[in-house]
Amino acid sequence: MKLTTSAAAIALLFAVTGATADTVKIGFISTMSGPLGGTGNEASDGFKLFLDQNDGKMGGAEVEMHWEDDQAKPDVSRQAADKLISEDVDIFTGIIFSNVLLSSIKPILDSGAFYISNNAAPSQIAGKLCDQNFFAVSHQNDQLYEGLGVYMQEMNFDNVYLMAPNYPAGKDMMAGFKRHFQGKIAGEVYTAFGQLDYSAEIAQVRAAAPSTVVFFYPGGMGINFVKQYQQSGLMGEIPVYTGSHGIDQSILPAVGDAAIGVNSGAIWSEFGDNEANRVFVEGFEKAYGRIPSPYAAMAYDTARVIDAALTEVGGSIEDRDAFRTALETMDFSSIRGNFKFNTNHMPIMDYYMTVVEKDAQGRLVNALKSKVASDLEDGYVSECKISG
Amino acid sequence: MTTGLFVEQSLNGLQLGVMLFLVTAGLTLVFGIMDFINLAHGSLFMFGAFLAATFVKITGIFWLALILAVLATGLIGFVMEFLVLRRFYHRSHLDQVLLTFGFILVFNDITRIIWGSIPLPMPLPEILSMPVQIMPGVMYPSFRIAILVLGLIVALCLFLIIERTRLGMWIRAGASDRQMTSALGVNVGLVFTLVFAAGAALAALAGIMSGPISAVQIGMGEPILILALVVTVIGGIGSVKGALIAAIMIGMVDTFGRVMFPPAISSILIYLLMVLILAFRPRGLFPANV
Amino acid sequence: MTLSSVRQLVVPNWPVLLIFVLLALAPVWSMYGGSDFTIRLLTRALILALAAVGLNFVLGFGGLVSLMHASFFGVGAYTVAILAHHDFNGDTLFGLPGTSNLLVSGPAAVFLALVFAVATGALVLRTKGAYFIMMTLALNQMLFFFMIALQQYGGEDGMQIYLPLHLSGYEFGSDSAIYYTVLIVLAFFVFLLSRLVCSRFGNVIRASSENEERLTAIGISPFHYKLVAFTISGAVTAVAGVLWAISQEYVSPADLSWIRSADLVVIAVLGGLVRVWGPLVGALVFVLAEYFLSDITVYWQLVFGLGIIAVVVLFPGGMLSVWATIRKINWGRAHDA
Repeated sequence: MKLTTSAAAIALLFAVTGATADTVKIGFISTMSGPLGGTGNEASDGFKLFLDQNDGKMGGAEVEMHWEDDQAKPDVSRQAADKLISEDVDIFTGIIFSNVLLSSIKPILDSGAFYISNNAAPSQIAGKLCDQNFFAVSHQNDQLYEGLGVYMQEMNFDNVYLMAPNYPAGKDMMAGFKRHFQGKIAGEVYTAFGQLDYSAEIAQVRAAAPSTVVFFYPGGMGINFVKQYQQSGLMGEIPVYTGSHGIDQSILPAVGDAAIGVNSGAIWSEFGDNEANRVFVEGFEKAYGRIPSPYAAMAYDTARVIDAALTEVGGSIEDRDAFRTALETMDFSSIRGNFKFNTNHMPIMDYYMTVVEKDAQGRLVNALKSKVASDLEDGYVSECKISG
Repeated sequence: MTTGLFVEQSLNGLQLGVMLFLVTAGLTLVFGIMDFINLAHGSLFMFGAFLAATFVKITGIFWLALILAVLATGLIGFVMEFLVLRRFYHRSHLDQVLLTFGFILVFNDITRIIWGSIPLPMPLPEILSMPVQIMPGVMYPSFRIAILVLGLIVALCLFLIIERTRLGMWIRAGASDRQMTSALGVNVGLVFTLVFAAGAALAALAGIMSGPISAVQIGMGEPILILALVVTVIGGIGSVKGALIAAIMIGMVDTFGRVMFPPAISSILIYLLMVLILAFRPRGLFPANV
Repeated sequence: MTLSSVRQLVVPNWPVLLIFVLLALAPVWSMYGGSDFTIRLLTRALILALAAVGLNFVLGFGGLVSLMHASFFGVGAYTVAILAHHDFNGDTLFGLPGTSNLLVSGPAAVFLALVFAVATGALVLRTKGAYFIMMTLALNQMLFFFMIALQQYGGEDGMQIYLPLHLSGYEFGSDSAIYYTVLIVLAFFVFLLSRLVCSRFGNVIRASSENEERLTAIGISPFHYKLVAFTISGAVTAVAGVLWAISQEYVSPADLSWIRSADLVVIAVLGGLVRVWGPLVGALVFVLAEYFLSDITVYWQLVFGLGIIAVVVLFPGGMLSVWATIRKINWGRAHDA
């Protein structure tokens, strides 16, 4: 009896020391507070869910999480990055906004750490300024609209009207769309960032009488636009399309029934038919009582990528080159379907079309219609020369 | 631009203007009468929308929710004024700015603690959910027409109250000479509290009416606050007439500017307008006598 | 200089000297026990302090509540970043080559800020009180939206400075080198503005905030004095912007949003407006409070907001007056702050 107890104690001791030897420090910087805090909380909930489902371990290693709030402010994010760098964090992730990422990415990569993106991946980092330690699990920004362009080109859409806010991501999204769509563009309107009222622009749409409207309005702007578009009575006459994340669960409940009939591209769907996705969606709904948004899904998938790569290297990130090679070459089964990293470390993935409907419980969901593109690459891969 | 489109855009400008007037009316009155800058006015706008969204969810009746939310926000304004703000009427504008800036931070987080960080749904009232034909070939959302009508009614009521009633007289008297008015037996403190509460209720009304057409989310008050401040100073601090004219001017300039100019210009147009007006009329278009 | 005049110069300022000495020792402390991060955090605080010192020159002494000082900060930071951007790309701007040499881009930034401040000051100083506040807010918003729309320099994404900034070849090798540079520049401007405040010029500025008519009556044009003060103030804040570009190696429109302007006002007021170095205290409190509170709770803005309200309600003179107020409180009787 006594013997077994001490044996257990010794085993426990070994287990503990073993764990401290293989600890991976992950820094999760995201927008948790302030008016824009919704998406960051979605992302951190998604990441946490994976940890909760796996006893706080990734690839056999103990994970030491460092959560930081960037308040959606570039300088605060930089400060958080500085702090985590001084604490020798191995892997950074979590940032939602491109400008926030750009303020902090240089010192992070200079420190020798990895950045594995769950959302932001602006064109610079996919192209000319790509880096061997930067990986985007989610998407390159333009990709959210590239699949939509592929789809609308294939379906011979014509006379399409484009609307987006006047800032780099808005231009990127529309550039992504036009990279694949060759049909006639009836009009292309860029509105002020953060605009509240779209009645003037909607009146112009009615006057231009296009066949379809393609819009990119993230967050609150999307709520405003879709509500006002529906109220103008145009929803039945001129259908609207948006790219991935365009009318997701972070804004859908707020838009309400006005969103019914909005078509949306998707790099991931809560109805995606694979085991990993079911574990995620069911787990998320159980843990948080709501349908996950793509922000949560991409953070969860990011956690799974880190887990898979750590598994390849036996749970130790000390050998950075081995970890990088594992990321580049691993056979990863994403919750979205086919997935691999391109040579510029942006994803090659599938693209789906969805439409907003009510499900059996009366909740608004993006019902999955069809897969419209396979092995979608981003448009900047040829500009990237990753050395060594 | 065809006639139909011109009419539609003019209505859009007018409606935006009237909405801005609803937000500004309370701000400019408090500003002019108590000489108090209330940056937290935008928070009251936000409270109105959040409370109404909640009451809609509970009662299912938009108009009932509207009344409840206006009253509740008026009460919040009453408490704020009574407990804290009234101590600041004689303090510098700087202290007032700082105090109410602190209130913005507090109110945003309180809202997040109560309602969470995901924007709230706020459906249109059923009878105003369909667009109506206002001219051959021009459909217009009926809810926006309701905003237009409501805003003009409120403007008319405010004029009548301030110019024609005893309460209005007390307000004007209290603003120009507090001691003298008190000596005449008027409870100036109470009048000021009522003005502040009424201003809060008006901000709430604007927030509620904007709820069905835009996002009910944390921080929704700040962009509106800045626009309301712009309207206030263009119109002349304390002038309800100035606020109405300036609000409609801003609504029109913004609406047509967005259609006619690239966004780099249209997004600064109203600020440009304000700078130009103040450069020539440093106290706004209708400097109030107070 | 006699001993007593030295004492007069030094003794009333012993708190600020003490703060500067402690700050100068911070890198030593961080080397033994602290971390590099402490230095980065303090660098940020000191740069914001310098920006607010610039603001306080018109706010505390001229009574001008400017909500456009973030735009001066932005002019300083963007000038350095844009010149460095053209240096990196090897192209030209209006026919002139870009540069990463701060001995060129620094003065260029200050010069542009001076021009910008004179032009805007001539406009905004025609208005008073709340109208002045709103005029400055409008100008700040205009520059903010202009930079967002200016895609060539990154728009909302901002711009990264890729080449190392240098002083004619001398590079800042470490965080500590940047820190000491910032500290020295801050000390220099605190000293300079302290002298200026005590001069005849300073007296006119202070008088102008109290009674303009009297100044006009004795033949002084307050407008011109205020314009000069506003320009100096903007230029000092622009210097802070230059340091910001050096330390962050990144600038974006968020650096010149009206929220940053409001932050600077809060920093100045927290420090108490009556001393040139007050904002140094305000900035340390502001940055450290933000940092520690946000570590504890996501609702830190609630605590922070309550803190601001408490300071305004209880200590109208800012943090510096906390001690004085405590000493003055008549503990036996109700005290009306």
